Amino acid sequence: MKGNEALAEAAIQAGCTRFFGYPITPQTELAAYMAKRLPKIGGVFLQAESEVSAINMLQGAGAAGVRAMTSSSSPGISLKAEGISYMAGADVPGLIINVQRGGPGLGGIQPSQADYWQATKAPGHGDFHILVFAPNSVQEMVDLVSHAFDLSDNYRVPAMILADGLLGQMMEPVEIKSSDEKVELPKKQWATCGHNNEREHNIVNSLFLQANELERVVRERFERYKVIEENETMCEKYMTDDADYIVVAFGATARVAKAAVKDARAKGIKIGLVRPITLWPFPKEELKEVAVNAKSFLCVEMNMGQMVEDVKLAIDCSRPVEFFGRTGGVIPTPAEVLEQIVKLSGGEQ
Amino acid sequence: MQEFNSILAGFGGQGILFMGKAIAYAGLIDGKEVSWLPSYGPEMRGGTANCSVCISEEDICSPLVTNPNVLIAMNLPSFDKFIDTVVPGGTVIIDSTLVSKKVDRTDVNVSYIPATEIAESKGLKGLANIILIGKLLEQTNFCSYETIEKTINEVVPARKKNLIPKNMEAINIGMNYKN
Repeated sequence: MKGNEALAEAAIQAGCTRFFGYPITPQTELAAYMAKRLPKIGGVFLQAESEVSAINMLQGAGAAGVRAMTSSSSPGISLKAEGISYMAGADVPGLIINVQRGGPGLGGIQPSQADYWQATKAPGHGDFHILVFAPNSVQEMVDLVSHAFDLSDNYRVPAMILADGLLGQMMEPVEIKSSDEKVELPKKQWATCGHNNEREHNIVNSLFLQANELERVVRERFERYKVIEENETMCEKYMTDDADYIVVAFGATARVAKAAVKDARAKGIKIGLVRPITLWPFPKEELKEVAVNAKSFLCVEMNMGQMVEDVKLAIDCSRPVEFFGRTGGVIPTPAEVLEQIVKLSGGEQ
Repeated sequence: MQEFNSILAGFGGQGILFMGKAIAYAGLIDGKEVSWLPSYGPEMRGGTANCSVCISEEDICSPLVTNPNVLIAMNLPSFDKFIDTVVPGGTVIIDSTLVSKKVDRTDVNVSYIPATEIAESKGLKGLANIILIGKLLEQTNFCSYETIEKTINEVVPARKKNLIPKNMEAINIGMNYKN
């Protein structure tokens, strides 16, 4: 199944019944799939007049307590930034898919990871985070969709799947758990979904004009972020136990890096791979652990080096952190990464 | 074959992406790991189309093939672009109706088959891609004949089920064609 379509089907299986989108390469198949499927199961597919409308529709659906999703690619996500901030400020859950392409500006349409900073640091204005997941295969995209929905609901924090054009366009075999039973979603006491005068009315809002009140709300949210950081960080470690050198890579790039790590091991270089699956929260503890025995790190990304500073912070700059990346839509090859690994290990060939 | 890393390339409209899907599906039927990655750039509009297909016993690391051990070329620009990327010992299959050049490398196994011409003359218009799969099967044994039969049954869309015999005829022609 194609990555974009798998994301859509996985969302439906996770109980997503509303989708709001606007076409943009390389994620359009996702919206097209939703347009075909959602009406058949009594859901709503809506092609908005712009990305700005789509994200605000997502906020509305989320505030009403239903599972909803929007998807776009890099330039479109920038347009959604305001809405994402409003959702975070009003504690509205929802899932945002970014099938990244090259930037800045209109950029290109080839795969990229250049929205790392945007996703993890500043998906919009204000003091907030969103959950960011970086799958590396079509199967993992599928698995993370339902997980992202669950966490988003539990913590009332918007979630993002940060994919890229390669993952969106490629086809791989996938297993999607489908159940004939309706997905049991958690009750949302706070949702604005009508109350027949049986309870006080709920308000979902991000406006707090009293400074003290706004500070209290933001601080409460950051308490939740702490719980998320403690409990929801995900990462994969590969051959790190005896590793002198560590490659850090996420998403599709981590697959290329893994190939290079295997080749380097065949050359006798003791190297391992750490693959953050959640980019926020970032797997700081795991990196700190492997830094105890490692001599140096190499960050491999499809951008100019955005995650590299998070790696340095995670290990308190206790080891050198080198960087190798391709950008603009160019995908690094295992041979290029291997060359960097050999260089890192002092060129012992 | 232990590791199957292929690039399939030609013009948009020749069924390049479909050919890739069929090959990947055969791997799937055999219970292997597979990946299919299309080029989706602006070059697709009337220009070249290509895709990377991997079949492996193990997890596929990079779905983007840069150095294939199988290349199928269905036009001259694709031939020029990819012929030097094939690993030594690799298999190259060329639709010689559309590519007049010969390979000047001696370290790869090359098959020339005028698939487009054969397809036209045998009443199999549009099935040159399937003829090439037949040739690929004969050259590499990337799967069994039985698997290919199953594959064709699966990948031909339901509304075109009457074309399954023609597709199998195309496979057989490709397998039995001798340079």
